[in-house]
Amino acid sequence: MQWETVIGLEIHAQLLTNSKIFSAASTAFGAAPNTQACLVDLGYPGVLPVLNKEAVRMAVKFGLAVGAGIAPRSVFARKNYFYPDLPKGYQISQYELPVVSKGSVEIELEDGSSRRIGITRAHLEEDAGKSLHEGFEGISGIDLNRAGTPLLEIVSEPDMRSAKEAVAYMKKIHSLVRYLEICDGNLQEGSFRCDANVSIRRKGEHKFGTRTELKNINSFHFVEKAILYEVQRQIDVIEGGGKVVQETRLYDSKKNETRPMRSKEEANDYRYFPDPDLLPLEIAESFVSEVRKTLPELPDGKKQRFMRAYGLSAYDAALLTASRELADYYEMLVQAVGGEAKLCANWVMGELSAALNQNNQDIVQSPVTAVMLAGLLKRILDGTLSGKLAKEVFEALWAGEGEADAVIEKKGLKQITDSSAIGKIIDEIMTANPRQLSDYRAGKDKLFAFFVGQVMKATQGKANPQQVNELLKKKLGAYS
Amino acid sequence: MHTKTLTELARDLKARKLSSEELTRSYLTRIERFNPQLNAFITVLQEEALAAARAADARIKCADANALTGLPLAHKDIFCTAGVKTSCGSKMLDNFVSPYDATVVERFRQAGMVLLGKTNMDEFAMGSSNETSFYGPVKNPWDPTRVPGGSSGGSAAAVAARLAPAATGTDTGGSIRQPAALTGLTGIKPTYGRVSRYGMIAFASSLDQAGVITYTAEDAALLLGAMAGFDPRDSTSVDRPVPDYTAELERPLKGLRIGLPKEFFDPGLDGRVGAAVHAALTIYKKLGAEVRDISLPNFWLSVPTYYVVAPAECSSNLSRFDGVRFGHRCESPVDLLDLYTRSRGEGFGAEVKRRIMTGTYVLSAGYYDAYYLKAQKTRTLIRQDFITAFENVDVIMGPSTPTPAFGLGEKTGDPITMYLNDIYANGVNLAGLPGISIPMGFVDKLPVGLQIIGNYFDETRLLSAAHQYQRETDWHRQIPRGFE
Amino acid sequence: MSLTPDEVRSIARLARLAISDRDIPRYADNLSRILDFVAQLDKADTTSVAPMAHPLDMSQRLREDAVTESNQRELFQKNAPQVEAGLYLVPKVIE
Repeated sequence: MQWETVIGLEIHAQLLTNSKIFSAASTAFGAAPNTQACLVDLGYPGVLPVLNKEAVRMAVKFGLAVGAGIAPRSVFARKNYFYPDLPKGYQISQYELPVVSKGSVEIELEDGSSRRIGITRAHLEEDAGKSLHEGFEGISGIDLNRAGTPLLEIVSEPDMRSAKEAVAYMKKIHSLVRYLEICDGNLQEGSFRCDANVSIRRKGEHKFGTRTELKNINSFHFVEKAILYEVQRQIDVIEGGGKVVQETRLYDSKKNETRPMRSKEEANDYRYFPDPDLLPLEIAESFVSEVRKTLPELPDGKKQRFMRAYGLSAYDAALLTASRELADYYEMLVQAVGGEAKLCANWVMGELSAALNQNNQDIVQSPVTAVMLAGLLKRILDGTLSGKLAKEVFEALWAGEGEADAVIEKKGLKQITDSSAIGKIIDEIMTANPRQLSDYRAGKDKLFAFFVGQVMKATQGKANPQQVNELLKKKLGAYS
Repeated sequence: MHTKTLTELARDLKARKLSSEELTRSYLTRIERFNPQLNAFITVLQEEALAAARAADARIKCADANALTGLPLAHKDIFCTAGVKTSCGSKMLDNFVSPYDATVVERFRQAGMVLLGKTNMDEFAMGSSNETSFYGPVKNPWDPTRVPGGSSGGSAAAVAARLAPAATGTDTGGSIRQPAALTGLTGIKPTYGRVSRYGMIAFASSLDQAGVITYTAEDAALLLGAMAGFDPRDSTSVDRPVPDYTAELERPLKGLRIGLPKEFFDPGLDGRVGAAVHAALTIYKKLGAEVRDISLPNFWLSVPTYYVVAPAECSSNLSRFDGVRFGHRCESPVDLLDLYTRSRGEGFGAEVKRRIMTGTYVLSAGYYDAYYLKAQKTRTLIRQDFITAFENVDVIMGPSTPTPAFGLGEKTGDPITMYLNDIYANGVNLAGLPGISIPMGFVDKLPVGLQIIGNYFDETRLLSAAHQYQRETDWHRQIPRGFE
Repeated sequence: MSLTPDEVRSIARLARLAISDRDIPRYADNLSRILDFVAQLDKADTTSVAPMAHPLDMSQRLREDAVTESNQRELFQKNAPQVEAGLYLVPKVIE
C-alpha cells in the first residue's frame, strides 16, 4: 500500500517585545521564578489587560512578509480551560477574526525544487507559565514569569507531504521571524515552538485522514523524527486493521516515540467568546504602511540578489541567506576582501560552517569575524598562503591566536617564494640523493614526485608548490 | 451631624466648623452601635480611618484640601483596597488581602477621603437581596425583616442608617439603583466606560460599572466628578473629559423631554409604585418638562438576555479562583482536579455556582449559537430601542423596581422571581446607558424609587433632573426610625 | 428544557465545581428553570441583527511597549495557599 503523508504545522513564535502582551512586566528569559509576574500576569481579582502596541506591529510585520491580509478589525477571544500554568482559567487569543489572514511562503527542497506552503492565519495570543516537576514529590511548582509573553501563532495549511518538507517550512518561518526581528528563534528557551498535525491517506485519495496533533517538538531534528515516527505508527495502526484516533500526542525525544497526552484526554470544550475586557483591534491603513516601511530585505529577495550580484548558484545563495546574520557576515566578508565572491562563499559554507557546527555555535557567536577571515583570504589571494596553510591559519584564528598576519608571522607559516632559496634547497637534495637523480635522468619520471616530497619536507610544506615544480623541472633536467 | 448630606458636611469641614476626626469618630461610633443589627459592614477600619482623618485635617489646615478632603465614605467590598481584606462577599476571598488599590479607591484616597470600612454585598455581586453573601444577609433599616436590595445592599443599608454619608457600589444589572430605591437613597450608575473598572472584582465585564449611593443627587455629583475619568489600565475606559457635574445641577429643566415607556407599566408593577411615578412626573411638569409616551418594544427581552450574557461572562471571569495563587483552597487535595473542584465547590455559594453553571452551559459547544450568540443579537435590539427613543426624548423615566423591599427569604426559593426584581434595570446595563434612582415616595411605609435613564455620557442631565426634583420634595430627607 | 442529573454533573465538571449528589436535583431544577426562562429569546426575530459584545462602539487602545512593573513576588505571594522557592505549589501536573 502506498501512503501519502499530510502535515500542517502550528508554530508559536514569542514576540521580541520588552513587556508582555497585556501587562507592563518584563519578558526577559531566565529570571527567578515569579519575579516577572505582575498582578495582570497572575490573574489577580480586578485587574485588566491592555494591549501592547509593539506586539501588534510585529504581527503586522509578519503578515506583510508572507503576503497575507491584515485584518482591519480583529477580535480577542477567551479560550477557557483550567490548567495551573494558565492563571485566569482562560487564555486570551484570537479565534474567529485573527489579525493576519491567508499568506504563503516558498520552501526549497534538497533536490533543488521548491514548493509553496500556504499560511492559513496568524494570530496574537498570550503564552502560559511553566509547570516544574523536578525537586518535589507528587507536586508541581508553577512559575508564571512566562505567562503573558506575546505569541504569534502561525498556522499553516495542510500542504506538506513529508517530514523533510515540514522541517524546511519550519526553518523557513524560523529564518523569516529572525529576519523581521520579531522573534529571537531560540528553540532551547522555547521562544520558537512547533506543534504538528499529522495524518496519512492512500495515494491518490482526496479526503484527509484522521489527524493527530504532536506537541512538544523543540528542535528541527525532532520535528522530522517525531513525524516519521508518527507516520509509521499511523500506517501500522491502519494496516493492522485499526483506526487512527484524533488526539493530542506528546513527542518524547529520549524514547523517540509519541504517546497520548493524559491532560488532553477530556474532550476540549474551550467555550471561546469575545473577551469583554478588550475591544476590537482596529488597524488603520496608515499603521500598515508605516510598518511596511520598516520591512527589511527578506530571504527570497536576498537570495535573488546574491545570485545576481555575486554570481552564486541558487543552492549557495539559499544557504547563505538562510539567516540574516549569515548573509550579513558574507556580505561584510566580500566587502572586506574586495570581491572574490566565490572564494568567500566557499570559505563561509566550508571551513567556517564546519567549525560552527562542530562547536554548536551560531554565526553571531563565531570567534572568527568577517574582518579576520578577510585577512586570511587576502593572504591566499596574494600567494602568501597555500590552501593547506590557510586551513592551519584558520584553526589558529578560531582558537583566538590573533589576526591572520600575526599568526603567519608567529608560526612562520609564510610560503617560501624566494626562487634562489628554493633552488639552494633543491641543489642540496640533489647532492644528497645521487642514485634517485641518476635513475630519474635515466627515464624514471615517477621519481619527480619523490623530489617534490623531499623539498616540501625540507621546507615544512611552506615552499610555493608551483615554484618548486618549475625549479625542479629545470634543475633535474639539466645535465651538469 | 450624621443627618447632614455629604455636601453639607463638606461645607462644614471647609469652614472648620468640624474636623474630619470628629466626623469620622461620630460615624465609627454609629457603626459600632448599629452595624450588629444591620450587618452592613464586612470590615470596619477603625484605626486606619482615624489616621486618614487626622491626615485630612492636616491637609485642610495647610490649605491643601479639595472638596472631598476629610469626608468619610464606605466602599463596597468588591473594590480592591491595598492592605485590606477584600472579600467580594465570598468565602472564596475571606482570606484575601488586596496588594493594590482599585482606581476608584485610589482616586478617593488621593482626594483625602476617609475610608470607614468595606460594605457587605451579594457574593461576587450576584444577587438582588444581599442574601447570597457569605457574611450573612443585610437588613433593611426601614424594616429589619426586609431585604435592602442588592448586590450593593451593605452600602445602601449603611448610608440609609446614617452609618456613612456615602458609599460606593457597582451595578451590573441594577445593583446600585435597586438597593438605593429600596432604602430611600440616590444611586447612580454612570455610562459604561465612564468610571474605571480596574480593581473592581469583575462579575460581567461588559455590564459592570461603578457608581455611588448617596442622600442627594448633589452628593452624587460631587463624588462622581472625582471617580469618573479615563484610566489607561482599563481598555474599556473612555478617554473623554469629565464635566463639572456640580456646576451643572441648576441647569433649567424647562423643555426637558421625558419619555415614559408604556412597557414599564406592565402587570408585574405594583400599582402604587406606578402611581408614585405619575406623581413624580407631575412635579417635573411643574418644573417645565414635557412627558411623552414612548415604546421600548424589545423591553421584554432584557431579563432573559441579561441572564445569558451575565452568567456567560461570569463563568469565565470567576475561573481565576482556583485555589492556586490566592483565595480558598480545599484541605489536602489528592490531585489537580480535586484541588479545583473542591476549592471552588467550597469557596462559592449556591447562587454563584448556579450562574457559573448557566454561563458554562450557554457557552458550551452546541449551545453557543442558540443562547450566547442569540443573546448578543437581542442585546443589539435592546440597545437600538433606547437609541431610537433618545432621538425624541432627553431622558426616560419609570419605576426603579416593581415593588418596595420584599421580605428576607421571600424570593430565595426561586431564582427567576428574584431575577425579575431587576426587570427595569437590566436593559440599561445591556445598553451601557447611565441610570439613576431617586426616592419618590413610600408604599407600605417603605421607600420606592424613580429611575431616570439618560443618553450615553449624559450624567449631567440625569443629575440636574434628580437634583431639581429633590429641591421640590423631601423624600430623600427621610430617615428610617431608630436611626435619626 | 429539562437538564438531567448527568448533564448537571458534566457542566459542573467543565466548570470545575464539586457538587454533592444531594444537591444535584436542586441544581438540575434551578438550571432547567433558568434555561426555560432564557429560551424566550427564541421568540425574538434576530434575522440580520449584528451581535453586540460591547456597549460602546470603540476600538482597542494600544499601550506603549515599556516595562514599568518590578518584582513584587513577596507581596503577591502573601495570598498564596502554598509556595516554596518562589513557586506556587499544586498537586502534580500530568502532561
